[in-house]
Amino acid sequence: MASVIAREPGRALGPGSAPAVFAQVAPRNTGDRILRTVLRAAGLSLVLLVTAMVVEMVYRSLPAMRAFGFAFLVTSTWDPVAEQFGAVPFLYGTLLSSFLALLIAVPLGVGAAIYLAEIAPVWVRTPVAFLVELVAAVPSVVYGLWGIFVLAPLLRTWVQPALGATLGFLPFFAGPAYGVSMLAAGIILAIMVVPFITAVGREVLLAVPNTQREAALALGATRWEATRMAVLRYGRSGLIGAVLLGLGRALGETMAVTMVIGNRPEVAISLFAPGYTMASVIANEFTEATSDLYLSALIEIGLLLFLVTVVVNALARLLVWSVGGAVKVGRD
Amino acid sequence: MRTWTMALALALTGWLAQPAAAQTLINGAGATFPYPIYSKWFDEYTKVDPEVRFNYQSIGSGGGIKQVTARTVDFGASDGPMTDAQLKQAPAELFHIPTVLGADVATYNLPGSPKLKFTPDVLAEIFLGKITKWNDPRIVAINAGVSLPDQPIIVVHRSDGSGTTYIWVDYLSKVSPEWEKKVGRGTSVNWPVGLGGKGNEGVTGQVKNTPGALGYVELAYAVKNKLPVASIKNAAGKFVEPTIQTTTAAAAAASKNMPADFRVSLTNPPGDDAYPIASFTWLLVYRDQPNEVKGRALVKFLWWMSHEGQGYADDLLYAPLPTAVVKQIEAKIKEITYQGKPLVAAR
Repeated sequence: MASVIAREPGRALGPGSAPAVFAQVAPRNTGDRILRTVLRAAGLSLVLLVTAMVVEMVYRSLPAMRAFGFAFLVTSTWDPVAEQFGAVPFLYGTLLSSFLALLIAVPLGVGAAIYLAEIAPVWVRTPVAFLVELVAAVPSVVYGLWGIFVLAPLLRTWVQPALGATLGFLPFFAGPAYGVSMLAAGIILAIMVVPFITAVGREVLLAVPNTQREAALALGATRWEATRMAVLRYGRSGLIGAVLLGLGRALGETMAVTMVIGNRPEVAISLFAPGYTMASVIANEFTEATSDLYLSALIEIGLLLFLVTVVVNALARLLVWSVGGAVKVGRD
Repeated sequence: MRTWTMALALALTGWLAQPAAAQTLINGAGATFPYPIYSKWFDEYTKVDPEVRFNYQSIGSGGGIKQVTARTVDFGASDGPMTDAQLKQAPAELFHIPTVLGADVATYNLPGSPKLKFTPDVLAEIFLGKITKWNDPRIVAINAGVSLPDQPIIVVHRSDGSGTTYIWVDYLSKVSPEWEKKVGRGTSVNWPVGLGGKGNEGVTGQVKNTPGALGYVELAYAVKNKLPVASIKNAAGKFVEPTIQTTTAAAAAASKNMPADFRVSLTNPPGDDAYPIASFTWLLVYRDQPNEVKGRALVKFLWWMSHEGQGYADDLLYAPLPTAVVKQIEAKIKEITYQGKPLVAAR
């Protein structure tokens, strides 16, 4: 039963098939030809932009690549005075903080999206959806200041001691509580990412045709079964797109993270320890990086951040394909 | 209706036409630390010379050095002196002109905010991670009468590259050979211990919210926010509180051995009342100006800045230049030329 419903969707949303028709037909009048040229230019300009970015970053990070080679990716010393640079703590910090953020934000965000689209009474939906979109527009420096003055003291005085007392035997919750930490960065990122996942996720679920729900209910499914099998499976690709959008924000977020992560270039297992991210180190040190090698090392960090974003997105797409055929990832 | 439109159009053309009357625009870029006083100066200076407008981008000292070297701006500004290597990269000779002084202070979070004293070696040992507790016998010994808790010292430093950090680590390098060897000087360094806060506000926020924290911020920032600050033992063996007067005193003490190019570190200077963690901030100008009109305007401004302009320093919590240094700057300004001819007639 489930499979019948889940395999059907293609036609209703079918974002992948329609344009192919246009592509096969040669444009016949001037208007079409102009339209085609303009749209092609728009499409190609994106490709050009990304290529230009990569070329520029590679070119400008050449001095650092020559000086450190592969060691840049496997050493963890960051010493601007001695000009010794290694990217490991930043790579680790970016990946770990984003992972933590998704760990918290995905259940919360998707849960909220399901509630708003499927369960909430109509008089709740509109105001809450409006609030969610409002929260998504709060500037990150505001989150950062809130992080320093509210979240970090809260973590230091209540959350970290409690976690240490109960789960302190795990290496993730060991060590002194400073407040500012990898944990704080993960939490603040989660808070920033939830509205994105909720807002986009809600739109995705609302786009699921009602016939899906009706079919499932008619076949005797409960409300939960209908949501899980007919709605979530149908909207899966869109939901994953929502999560990826959130992940993108988490990977690249700079200001809020810089203010609460402690900015210490070290690889620590404990989530209570301070850390550092790639975006943060660029924001912190770029303006005052006076030597050429130093600047080049920072640009190589930028290149690395770009590559990490590409790889993480690619892996996410592979994951989607592996769980259920060719599903389009994106904001449908 | 028509009269209204006419009046509006007339007003508009008048407003558009006015500034076009032979106005000189001088572009500068660099240090963020002196930005408040620079913008005050540039604003006040329009009353002195309405023909000149300054446009200053506070993009950081590194950016200021880069842009002035590339000649994309008419002058640069930096919190740290340019290195010999950087000066060699410049297309022509650059002058460092000191403008005002700033100081770094040690601020902390202890119950009751007691007045603390630090000696240079204790400060260095704390930042090296060797003294880790507030009730360490060496801190207790210099702070008789203060009850210090049995609490870890949580060091807080700037995470962003900054002139403030440069002054702090320059001082630590002078007073501790171990610091100089292990960490050294720079706008960002590889800190042995501690948490990084972004900007003065980030460091202050972390110190305020973390019991047992010890950090450093600019003097002006500490005064404005009424933070507790420590007295530091200076080279003459006296404990000196950081104030605008003791900061100026640091430069006065150093003026006797002032190098001709003003590229001098003022940290740990001689003098009984000199606060030891202070520094100049500089404007970077070409000795031979490429444009006569701009050059003349710039030189006139430099003269005004080092005399009348100093009067604005106190209010904005910068330390003004001592008279001895102003005299030395006068001589320097007279050396600025256009095609070899001096731009200031000897006064």
